[in-house]
Amino acid sequence: MVADLIESVAKIVFIFSINLGFFAPILGWVERKQSAVMQDRIGANRANIGKFTIIGLFHPIADAVKVLTKEDFVPAGANKFFHTLAPFICLVPAIATFSVIPFGGQYELFGHHVNLVIADLDVGILFVFALTSLATFGVVLAGWSSRSNWSLLGGLRASAQMLSYEVAMGLAIIGIIMVFGTLKLSEIGAMQENFLHWGIFIQPLGFILFFTCAVAENKRVPFDVPEAESELVAGYFTEYSGLKFVMFWMSEFLEIVTISGILTTLFLGAWHIPFVTDAMLLSFFQFAGPNGATILAMLVNIATFFAKVIFFIWLQMTIRWTLPRFRYDQVMRLCWKMILPLSLINISITGLVLLLWIK
Amino acid sequence: MSEIAKDLHTEHMVINMGPSHPVTHGTVKFLVTLDGETIEDLKVEIGYLHRGFEKMCESGTWYQVFPYTDRLNYVSPLINNVGYALAVEKLIGIDVPERCKYVRVIACELSRIADHMTNVAAGGLELGAFTAFLYFVEARELVWDLIEMLCGARVTTNYVRIGGLKNDLPDGFKQKTLEVFKRCRVLWSDVNKLLTKNRVFIDRVRDVGTMPAEEAIAYGFTGPCLRACGVPYDVRKANPYLVYDRMDFEVPIGETGDNFDKYLVRMEEINQSMRIVEQALEQLPGGPINVDMPYYRWQSKDDIYNRIDSLIFHFKTVIEGIKPPPGEVYLAVESGNGELGFYLVSDGSGKPYKCRVRPPCFPLTAAMPRMMKGRLIADIVPTFDMINMIGGECDR
Repeated sequence: MVADLIESVAKIVFIFSINLGFFAPILGWVERKQSAVMQDRIGANRANIGKFTIIGLFHPIADAVKVLTKEDFVPAGANKFFHTLAPFICLVPAIATFSVIPFGGQYELFGHHVNLVIADLDVGILFVFALTSLATFGVVLAGWSSRSNWSLLGGLRASAQMLSYEVAMGLAIIGIIMVFGTLKLSEIGAMQENFLHWGIFIQPLGFILFFTCAVAENKRVPFDVPEAESELVAGYFTEYSGLKFVMFWMSEFLEIVTISGILTTLFLGAWHIPFVTDAMLLSFFQFAGPNGATILAMLVNIATFFAKVIFFIWLQMTIRWTLPRFRYDQVMRLCWKMILPLSLINISITGLVLLLWIK
Repeated sequence: MSEIAKDLHTEHMVINMGPSHPVTHGTVKFLVTLDGETIEDLKVEIGYLHRGFEKMCESGTWYQVFPYTDRLNYVSPLINNVGYALAVEKLIGIDVPERCKYVRVIACELSRIADHMTNVAAGGLELGAFTAFLYFVEARELVWDLIEMLCGARVTTNYVRIGGLKNDLPDGFKQKTLEVFKRCRVLWSDVNKLLTKNRVFIDRVRDVGTMPAEEAIAYGFTGPCLRACGVPYDVRKANPYLVYDRMDFEVPIGETGDNFDKYLVRMEEINQSMRIVEQALEQLPGGPINVDMPYYRWQSKDDIYNRIDSLIFHFKTVIEGIKPPPGEVYLAVESGNGELGFYLVSDGSGKPYKCRVRPPCFPLTAAMPRMMKGRLIADIVPTFDMINMIGGECDR
């Protein structure tokens, strides 16, 4: 009982600290630095302590200080309650979604069963969809409560876009659920131990569709029409400043991490290294004794998982700094006329193959 | 459906886009009436950058107008300098030396390259393609380095004089230009790869802001926007000034006049301008850069300090200003945006009686409502960028 409690607390603390303490601040830096590399610039390098700048890594700290000391501005005529509530509604689901994503396998450690996922829900992937749709409310509320036309337009665009892409995203993922026969993310992860059983090889079309939808759901370029800065100033968060603005900003980054986590779990073999099974890992670390070997294997798995997550983050950043932005109607057309039919085709083909050959 | 719509109480949203809005660079205001996202009505309000250019010109000497012209189209100031100088020279009847003509052509074309690069880059930036923007900004930076080498300034050049130039080409200018163009061509092809065949970019700009050729002419379009409509009108070809008739260059034209055509025309003109500069550097003759007319163009400082007649001419031209004969003149040059015309009236005194500018982007801006009605609000972004309204020139 106590061991269970310790395990849960440890996992929650770990995920919380790696998401809020590492990914959220560091992604701001990564975005600046990566765009700088892509654009022949130097990027953030000014924040320093004495002579040390460590390639601009002090910038997240400087940003945090700046944000905390900024005026918290609420426009006249805005609905103060909802205006304050909206960023929280955006941020909380973004943090909570990661709780169902397994960042490692299941291990026997000192006679205790360790499962490296905070909440191993049977309906894991549905829980993810449920929570990400909650974020839509935050965006719509932010757009509506600001009492600004730009915010309102941004909020409207966001609601239409996010609702549409949720449908497409849900359908894009049906194929892989049919193949693995479970909604439990830890089981899906465990089934991809064999390199050739990775989701990306079984469901290549599903991967592309889901990835596209995921980027759209995150409202990142090329799908950033709700916040299109050249049209709508800043879209639904035009009237936000200080910490509330940063909450939107953080929820966007955390959504990137979460989406990367889901992509890794579903399509890129979760915590598995290609061609290396769990048994091989354990035997490789035999020298450290049974418990030591398990711990080492566990650490390797966690590292593998986060390496893949970082790969997807990098991929999304690269896309963000390469492509121009869609127009609003083009985004909707892409969703309803391209992605939706393609995912339906994907589902039919998957069903046929399962029925005729695999069964 | 119509039954439902009848009960639904909907209103148009009237929204102020600008004067301080990311898309309205150059400070302009659109009063947009929106039905959802569709533009029902669009009114353009200009004048936020009005600073009384024409009146200021009337209160200074003919020479003192040059710094004001820098601030017309501040992305290509050298073309404005040249345009004004040519107009005054036509009024007086000066024919500048050959070398001066060539250097002016080089200066004009460098400015045009910078102008088109800025425009295309900003177009990418506003559609979210930040990387393409910075690639062209790097290229523009190199071109501005050349301009800095030429006249010591990057934006407010003030380089051309009536009957000559401030200074001759610096040493090693040709070599530096060829090096810069080499890098510019690499960056040009990078941007070309990032945008020209980019499906997202094409979807955003194609068939947006189209204009039939007759209507474009009726509105008074000139420059790349008119050529995108398929009318091969270029002042450099139609009415050659300086030594453009000796240069071998093409005038690219489009078909439909949509934003994609405007973009392609500008991209090709960058190439053609580089060709012109290379030819001009190749053919560059020796000789003086200033006319030998001390009443209009003062002589070298050496003469002024050592010869009494030169000193007197210098004194008279500086204190009273040069005095062109009474009369009026209109002269147009091809600026980055189109036909930049100067209408000057002289009453024989040391100050211009009237100095009127025909800004090429004024008719283009006037056509915004025509191009935008019934389109989506997001279409304002590429359309307004591609007409390249420059506040300093439009509002004066």
